[in-house]
Amino acid sequence: MTNEVRQTAERVARDSYGRLVAFLAARTRDVAGAEDALAEAFASALKSWPVDGVPTNPDAWLLTVARRRQTDAIRRRQTRTTGEVHIQLMTEELEQAAANSDAIPDRRLALMFACAHPDIERGMRAPLILQTILGMTAVEIAAAFLIPPATMGQRLVRAKARIKDTGIAFAIPEREELPLRLDAVLEAIYAAYAKGWTEIGDSNADRLADEAIWLGRLVASLLPGEPEAKGLLALMLYTEARRAARRCEDGAYVPFDQQDIAIWDEQQIVAAEALLRQANKAGPTGRYQIEAAIQSAHVARRVSGRANWEAVVGLYDVLLSLTQSPVVALNRAVALAETQGLEAALASLAVIADDKRMADYQPYWAARANLAARAGRRDEAYEAMTLAVGLATDDAVRQYLIGQRWLLQDG
Amino acid sequence: MKFMLLIHSTEPAVIENTRADAGVMSPEYAAYNDALIKAGAMLAGDRLQPTTTAASVRVRDGKTEVLDGPYAETKEQFGGYYLIDVADIDTAVQWAARCPSAQFGTVEVRPIWNTRGD
Repeated sequence: MTNEVRQTAERVARDSYGRLVAFLAARTRDVAGAEDALAEAFASALKSWPVDGVPTNPDAWLLTVARRRQTDAIRRRQTRTTGEVHIQLMTEELEQAAANSDAIPDRRLALMFACAHPDIERGMRAPLILQTILGMTAVEIAAAFLIPPATMGQRLVRAKARIKDTGIAFAIPEREELPLRLDAVLEAIYAAYAKGWTEIGDSNADRLADEAIWLGRLVASLLPGEPEAKGLLALMLYTEARRAARRCEDGAYVPFDQQDIAIWDEQQIVAAEALLRQANKAGPTGRYQIEAAIQSAHVARRVSGRANWEAVVGLYDVLLSLTQSPVVALNRAVALAETQGLEAALASLAVIADDKRMADYQPYWAARANLAARAGRRDEAYEAMTLAVGLATDDAVRQYLIGQRWLLQDG
Repeated sequence: MKFMLLIHSTEPAVIENTRADAGVMSPEYAAYNDALIKAGAMLAGDRLQPTTTAASVRVRDGKTEVLDGPYAETKEQFGGYYLIDVADIDTAVQWAARCPSAQFGTVEVRPIWNTRGD
């Protein structure tokens, strides 16, 4: 058995997993029950596919294994309340689907909307989507989100119970409701990607970034008319294109303005540019398109030799009015330093200086230290850099910041 | 909520560090301390001397026994602690991940029983 076969098996199985959880849970709203039934099918697939080869119809294969378990479990639980007729109908539907997998409706998007429902705790939406659509385990998700595994497991169980008990609909919302609800789905994917992006040294986090992009592609392909879905995918591809350039060969951190353009992934940048153009043509511009456009202005450096800072500041102005986020204000200040100078940039930080969310936000202190150092305010820079060092979780980033602080002490 | 962060790491590495700069906090730890204080999370924290200086006490059959050293079966030794006050266990785990020793050792996060009712 070659590695390649195993990878193919895993990829196909992953695609089927989400599709089948969504299909099996759509009628019962019992996500946990659908997962239980599929877990067995999925495990035997990973055992036998690498040996016997991937079946021509993986969905049908998995559904056949999962089907009996699911109907048995429902029969045991629901006989008194629902009656045989209902179970009979359900069994027939499942059998039909297994016989002809082209007939399995793709309800993954509906499942994602259910997971991202406003009734689900905000911080649990991304983990829930990762588990139900991709089959990631609570332990893997917990590691990526820095939450104790037991806590993550309990919250996932609670969230699934909530879907079942409060009758959250498995449906793509109506036109007028769609933008708001789609936001929650995209936000969950964005949160997963951002996690994977910041914790670069960690293999769990690397995988999380891949999974987020995979989900982004899925949503963009299932909702081709939604520009923000394309915008988010473009944003993730722009940043992913620079992944390799973010660390030296020895693993040391490389700041953005010193990254080697030659190892940026041109193919991903081209794909991102195309997606962003399509998104801009299609309709109103939301935050993901703007963030993607900011990335586009940054990577302009590979053509013109210089990032387009005027465009970056202008885009951050729009983003700030949309989101009111202190993180946006912080990034805008860094760009402002390039167009209006360091004092203007530092002055613009005054509005977020007392924001509690910034007190333990490492990039805030690192950016503040950098601006203050360049403005010649050495004591202020040293103090801010010390806090940045203390707040770093990534060792490469920490070592880089210690080096920067050393320069402040020395020079 | 109060949490204890228990820092476990491999002792030889710790001893080597200690000989070079006994009593001086590494720049990583100094920065981590500052960040904890600035965020208002720090209650207490100390580094312990190596286990070669330790004594273990137990009472058996009414007799007190004092043994040299700790029960050093494990490779990783308890080397220090922080007592922090943060909103929830997620925040506590985030602080544990920032602890410099988390890069090579283990930082255990333990919620503290609230026995005084405050």
